[in-house]
Amino acid sequence: MKKIFYSICAAVLLISASVQAKTITLGVAADPIALDIHVQLSGEMLAYSHLSFDPLVRWTKDMKFEPRLAEKWERLDELTMRFHLRKGVKFHSGNTFTAKDVVWTVERLKKSQDFKGLFEIFEKAAAVDEYTVDIKTKKPYGLFLNMMTYLFPMDSDFYTGTDENGKPKDAIDKVAATFANTHESGTGPFYVTYREQGVKTVFKRFADYWDKDCPGNIDELIMNPIKKDATRVASLLSGDVDFIYPVAPQDYAMVKNRKGVKLVTMGGSRIITFQLNQNRRPEFKNADVRKAIVYAVNNEGIVEKIMKGEAVAAGQQGPKGFGGYIEELKPRYDLKKAKELMKKAGYEKGFECTMIAPNNRYVNDEKIAEAVAAMLSKINIKVNLKTMPKAQYWNSFDAQEADIQMIGWHPDTEDSANYSEYLVMTPSKETGYGQYNSGNYSNKKVDELVLACQTETDPDVRNAMLKEIETILYNEAAFIPLHWQNLSWAGKDNLDIEPIVNIMNFPYFGELVAK
Amino acid sequence: MILKLKTLLFDKIWEKLMFAFITRRIIQAVIVMLIISFIGFTIKHHVGDPVRELVGVSVKASEREALREKLGLNDPFFVQYKNFLKNAVKGDFGISYFFKKPASQVILEKAPATLELVFASSILIILLSIPLGTYCAIKPKSILSRLIMGMSIVGVSIPVFLTAIMLIFLFAVNLHILPSYGRGDTVPILWGMWDTGFLTLDGLKHLILPVIALSSIMLPLFIRLIRAEMMEVMQTEYIKFAFAKGLSKKRIWFVHAFKNTLLPVITVGGVQLGIMIAYTILTETVFQWQGMGFMFLEAVERSDTSLLVAYLMFVGVLFVVVNTIVDIIYGFINPKVRISGTK
Repeated sequence: MKKIFYSICAAVLLISASVQAKTITLGVAADPIALDIHVQLSGEMLAYSHLSFDPLVRWTKDMKFEPRLAEKWERLDELTMRFHLRKGVKFHSGNTFTAKDVVWTVERLKKSQDFKGLFEIFEKAAAVDEYTVDIKTKKPYGLFLNMMTYLFPMDSDFYTGTDENGKPKDAIDKVAATFANTHESGTGPFYVTYREQGVKTVFKRFADYWDKDCPGNIDELIMNPIKKDATRVASLLSGDVDFIYPVAPQDYAMVKNRKGVKLVTMGGSRIITFQLNQNRRPEFKNADVRKAIVYAVNNEGIVEKIMKGEAVAAGQQGPKGFGGYIEELKPRYDLKKAKELMKKAGYEKGFECTMIAPNNRYVNDEKIAEAVAAMLSKINIKVNLKTMPKAQYWNSFDAQEADIQMIGWHPDTEDSANYSEYLVMTPSKETGYGQYNSGNYSNKKVDELVLACQTETDPDVRNAMLKEIETILYNEAAFIPLHWQNLSWAGKDNLDIEPIVNIMNFPYFGELVAK
Repeated sequence: MILKLKTLLFDKIWEKLMFAFITRRIIQAVIVMLIISFIGFTIKHHVGDPVRELVGVSVKASEREALREKLGLNDPFFVQYKNFLKNAVKGDFGISYFFKKPASQVILEKAPATLELVFASSILIILLSIPLGTYCAIKPKSILSRLIMGMSIVGVSIPVFLTAIMLIFLFAVNLHILPSYGRGDTVPILWGMWDTGFLTLDGLKHLILPVIALSSIMLPLFIRLIRAEMMEVMQTEYIKFAFAKGLSKKRIWFVHAFKNTLLPVITVGGVQLGIMIAYTILTETVFQWQGMGFMFLEAVERSDTSLLVAYLMFVGVLFVVVNTIVDIIYGFINPKVRISGTK
């Protein structure tokens, strides 16, 4: 009898112990396209990088740098930075993390199609000793540490050699099931135990994780991509998943009003804009016409009505907190002034032009484009709008098929200058600058300032330059600013979401606490 | 003796006809495949650019161009098509960019989910539409019949995705009794070739809402169809004669009338099965049901072109096979209709 009693006790204990193991299910819009973190530079990939890998440094919520695998760093000269690496860090494979892994990873980043653009500026990384590494740039570089947030050291021993097919394990391939695409060994809080592309990825907490102060208590994390916004919200509300992102603005109210779940939103850094093509339309060469259009677009109204208040109306490229942000550059809707400017420019009677926008890329992109087209009709600009799915949109965008084109931009560097490099610098095939400047806006002073920013390492001087750029763009109405999209996450009440989310939209799930 | 010889002769002819019929169908299928592959190949150049989906936004145009060259996307249309056909004959439909596996393998992995969904819906439709349809035909004036007919109008008019979302919000979000997405637990059967959701409680629970959503258009349609056909049959001379002869009502309804009602229903059923596969695209997308329909829509959005063409061809084959089976069944039910093998 006693025996039975004890065995029941033991069973109960076992069960309660297994209940303690916390599993949460995530519903995300898309899962990473592979397990190789260098195969694509995308939000999903970076979110995954923070799960299974750790960067040298990372962003805190208030946009400061926080040491991760690098414990501290110092500048040796204007080109070189010395990083002192954390000791006692283990990879998932059991290998020990050392300076050679950092050197190896930098070499590999420079080979990755997606990352080589960002890492071109780096000359090389050299190991000084096992736990010290010097990273050198080709010229002085103001965004050195920004780039180090993308340096997630990979397990060089694990990825060296050839796989069973005789292919090198470190090959970066976007379309083949290479070793790196199907295996991972990082230093991150979770390792991958199961993965079915597009269906499910299972992460288990890494027992030897170096960060013993990490408050996170999730033992198992199941990542399920759920494509449709409505289904994703429903899966949270029905209790099938514990955490979702993103949440569509039309569902915010429903999540907020629901007991047992909560919504967290935060202003983002993705700016939504329209570009006015000066090569296609001589009218757009006239700064007064461009200004008139900016004055005619009620972007605060769009934020209120279409975005349901979950966006921040913009008058410049970078949001608050960015180096170039100027408080005074506000949205400037004024229909009367817009009409005056059109009259001044000699286009009182207006003209007809074309506009294209995607219909599944940005939040409410199609509705926003329709609203802007309607607003422009008030100053007698008749807009013929065409919207299309994103799979087709970017080729049309590159071909500059329309006079007015929509583009949203999130800077990979989390820095003001990045917007300008891609969106407003004079387009040039040779240098690659102005790659997405379909407005063909060109201003020598802006080009010079952006280039000067790259090599300026004094933050104050650099911010002054960034501010000057924003002012010029504002005064010349280089583009039509609309808003910065809010980021959104939602989860069950027992999850402490706020501390782990950030403006980059890479939630640090390793630190997620479930009560 | 003569009778025996006659049946023997008849069997011989029947066999020959059957053989000719199947051969013809195979030839037809090949032609259909060729046409579908050509159309699929033509549109794949217009659904978008696969390279865009593979690289990040900030990647330089020259890098994208290099990848395009590597994937063979810069070759002229006919060179690409010729290469595709050459490989397709060997059963190689290209590599899915997203899944990084052969497209045919991806489709075979995703097919069970869709086929189970379609199968369960078909069963539901058959089990409900036959009794309800016949009841409405026999008692057209009863309140229940009117109710069923009224409901069926509503059912036909609401789009599948709306039904699906309403079901999710009612049963998953508000009542918390059924899961909102996915297939739930599946177990491998047939040496791991097939993952079935039929054998687990969780899998069956996950099946309920998608099946109802998928049936929501076809079920009312079939109820109305059976009712209309049956009512027409009930007006015919031989039924009237059967009544006059004093046969039992049940025998007339369920044997004589019902058999003749089935003929048009089977024909329509065969065609509708194909349409149902089309509807799975909507249902699967809303329920995140990891089948072929969802995969196809994703492939379109991601411009995963090999997968897209392979899916179109697979569905083409499925259509030909289903129609062939329907034609054969038709011959069995109605001896008057013979499968024509030669013309």
